[in-house]
Amino acid sequence: MISCADAVRQLWEYLDGTVDAAERGLIDEHLVRCRRCCGELDFARELRRTLADAAHDDVPADVLRRLNQTLEELEP
Amino acid sequence: MLSFRDLAREQLPRLLSLARRLVGDDAEDVVQECLLKAFQKFDQLHDATAAPAWLTSILVNSCRDRARARARRPEEIDFDQVERFSLFRKIAYEDPFPYSDSLHLDFLAEFSREDVRAVLMRLPEKYRIPLVVVYMDGYLARELAEMLGVPLGTVLARLHRGRKLFETQMWEYAEQNGLLREAAP
Repeated sequence: MISCADAVRQLWEYLDGTVDAAERGLIDEHLVRCRRCCGELDFARELRRTLADAAHDDVPADVLRRLNQTLEELEP
Repeated sequence: MLSFRDLAREQLPRLLSLARRLVGDDAEDVVQECLLKAFQKFDQLHDATAAPAWLTSILVNSCRDRARARARRPEEIDFDQVERFSLFRKIAYEDPFPYSDSLHLDFLAEFSREDVRAVLMRLPEKYRIPLVVVYMDGYLARELAEMLGVPLGTVLARLHRGRKLFETQMWEYAEQNGLLREAAP
């Protein structure tokens, strides 16, 4: 079985689906037996969600207005 | 096909939002630059459905070029130390909220969207761009590699280092901005 350090190093890649089938199998096998790494996996998932949620942004209306003005000037 | 103006107008809020996360206060300038470049190259766009990714690519490269031009000196980061850092373990070890039943979630809940974006701005652009484009805007690592003209392995390596740096900066930001003070029970 791979070590916790090896499993944790690849958890985001595991969530991204960018580990190959053999590595995925090793991580799956580790997670079945390691409660702490399951906690790390859940946390990595939440951290990704926190990052994704921060994409929502109220862009300033005045800046948008100026950028639209640029477009008007480029292509009247 | 729609005119450049109509295609670009549809994308403006998204482009501005992305630029704000990539270059902060320089967002307006960089979107202006992106619009000018895109207008000059508009004859290269043959499929309107490709316009969002095409504009994103121009914007991301403009952001990268601007950040590079402004970098004062190469970043010196001890990646051996960063690689060993685990935010999950740090939170468990430091136990900032002793009365909490869900310590790790409570830690994350302390961060507003603005806080998360401020943490991202602490990262060198080389690592910030992949995190923003892939994890916030939903592009594939392969698509970002095409946008930047770098091998996929380069983007995957930057994503890996970027995630680890993001974890270390989340903790430092929390310490420096008073997010670890638990309210009195």
